[in-house]
Amino acid sequence: MKTYTNTGNKDTRSGFGAGLTELGKTNENVVALCADLTGSLKMDEFKANHPERFFQIGIAEANMIGIAAGMTIGGKIPFTGTFANFSTGRVYDQIRQSVAYSDKNVKICASHAGVTLGEDGATHQILEDIGLMKMLPGMTVINTCDYNQTKAATLAIAKHHGPVYLRFGRPKVANFTPEDGDFEIGKAVKLIDGNDVTIVATGHLVWEALEASKVLHEQGISAEVINIHTIKPLDETAILQSVSKTGCIVTAEEHNYLGGLGESVSRVLALHNPTPQEFIATNDTFGESGTPAQLMEKYGLNSSAIQQAVKNVLKRK
Amino acid sequence: MPNIQQLEDLTTQVRRDILRMVHKVNSGHPGGSLGCAEFFVSLFNEIMETKESFDMDGIGEDLFFLSNGHISPVYYSVLARANYFPVDELNTFRLVNSRLQGHPTTHEGLPGVRIASGSLGQGMSVAIGAAEAKKLNKDNHLIYSLHGDGELQEGQNWEAIMYAAGKKIDNLISTIDLNGQQIDGATDDVLPMGNIKEKFEAFGWTVLEIEEGNNLEAILYGMAKAKAETGKGKPVCVLLKTIMGNGVDFMMHTHAWHGKAPNDEQLEIGLAQNAETLGDY
Repeated sequence: MKTYTNTGNKDTRSGFGAGLTELGKTNENVVALCADLTGSLKMDEFKANHPERFFQIGIAEANMIGIAAGMTIGGKIPFTGTFANFSTGRVYDQIRQSVAYSDKNVKICASHAGVTLGEDGATHQILEDIGLMKMLPGMTVINTCDYNQTKAATLAIAKHHGPVYLRFGRPKVANFTPEDGDFEIGKAVKLIDGNDVTIVATGHLVWEALEASKVLHEQGISAEVINIHTIKPLDETAILQSVSKTGCIVTAEEHNYLGGLGESVSRVLALHNPTPQEFIATNDTFGESGTPAQLMEKYGLNSSAIQQAVKNVLKRK
Repeated sequence: MPNIQQLEDLTTQVRRDILRMVHKVNSGHPGGSLGCAEFFVSLFNEIMETKESFDMDGIGEDLFFLSNGHISPVYYSVLARANYFPVDELNTFRLVNSRLQGHPTTHEGLPGVRIASGSLGQGMSVAIGAAEAKKLNKDNHLIYSLHGDGELQEGQNWEAIMYAAGKKIDNLISTIDLNGQQIDGATDDVLPMGNIKEKFEAFGWTVLEIEEGNNLEAILYGMAKAKAETGKGKPVCVLLKTIMGNGVDFMMHTHAWHGKAPNDEQLEIGLAQNAETLGDY
């Protein structure tokens, strides 16, 4: 079985910061906007290198989204940065009208998504943002799994014309995808070949899926692991090809099961190949304070939860 | 020197267009549209420097953003009569498969429109963004925006008003249509907003008032003064005192026609008060 090595824990938001720094040097149309969370979003280096292209908006996210939309008129490529909660739910109508419906080339970059934000608690831990963003016509929705992939995605979305929601997180997590790897929007990455079950994971759950697959392998269960970094547009072909071989699937995400990756996958299966599916996701609940590891355990978002879900779905084949 | 008679004739024709557009589909917002007819005619025919053909980026020309998108009839009429798109297309206002949606949008590719608006309170932020892009592009042209007075009840405006002053967005002229009316009644009855001039000044804007916001010469004079105030480190606000429903006697001085179309008989009365000047679409 193919194995992946953690080259050292790193936060995905730093991958975003590194990507933004590189874009600052390579694309003069890239501008960055932040609503008083420059350090948290790792935008400091871009700000230092290009003060004229960095816009500190203050604590005014609605205004930030509107300004970003306006800056595209004149050819700029705005990257907005704040927490996922304030990037989406707080400014939904601004994104809907001024960005999505207006077809503006704005990149909404959102850190601290999900329960792994940790101790700040539910006010800051959005678990509904993928649903909110994927429902907007024309919006591309990406949830990256590690530092390297977040950096690659940041570079890739600058080349894509159209609104993008790029979701990443706060904690340091395993970094295992290739350094300076390619990132193709809408293209799933098959990490491990398997025959018994398909595990489709996004964001922080990808590493957990890899960990689960190792344990399952020792137990004689061959799991195919797919990293779905792009939730919209979804790589339907990759999913259908895999389940045509395995016959069952587990989806895994740090998000409410309502509106998340799992539901998008369900639709594809319902239309083309009805297949037993189990969902690793939060169960229509808010988060709470705690360490990221405690919360992932409590809300059933880790390797052991994935292993159990695989066993459950195998019984339904 | 602008030919005032020509602008008057155009304004009268625009009023006819507005009435006929909303009458045909029995929906739309004639009151605010009529109140801003002189402003739009002045802006697109005298005040703004615009290029011959439309492109989204608008580099090397002045740009306009309509924040209170419900007054789309006046916007569409003036754009069409300034050759942004065929005047005949006004026939399609609010119909299925039209580029002339109930509220303006870029989604259907209508030339002249650079942002969707209708959900209120978003246009000033967009205008600021476009103004920032102009500065980055070293483009000395100006950004104009229009907002309803009732619209200022939306909180995002005050984020934008604070930002524009704090960040010295001095290539922006934001006009407030001060007609004192909103859908549910007079703004003073719905939500008294106090002294809007003092509020903008307190935030650090240069504020100019056009007392006769339905007088073409007063608008041209006032907007020229506003233009002269740009580039001085402060955003510029123009308080344009208009009469909702202006030019159609039974629609004036009331909120009743904010979002209501005239019936056949009312249309005829309105058209009789505004003779065909440039030819109906």
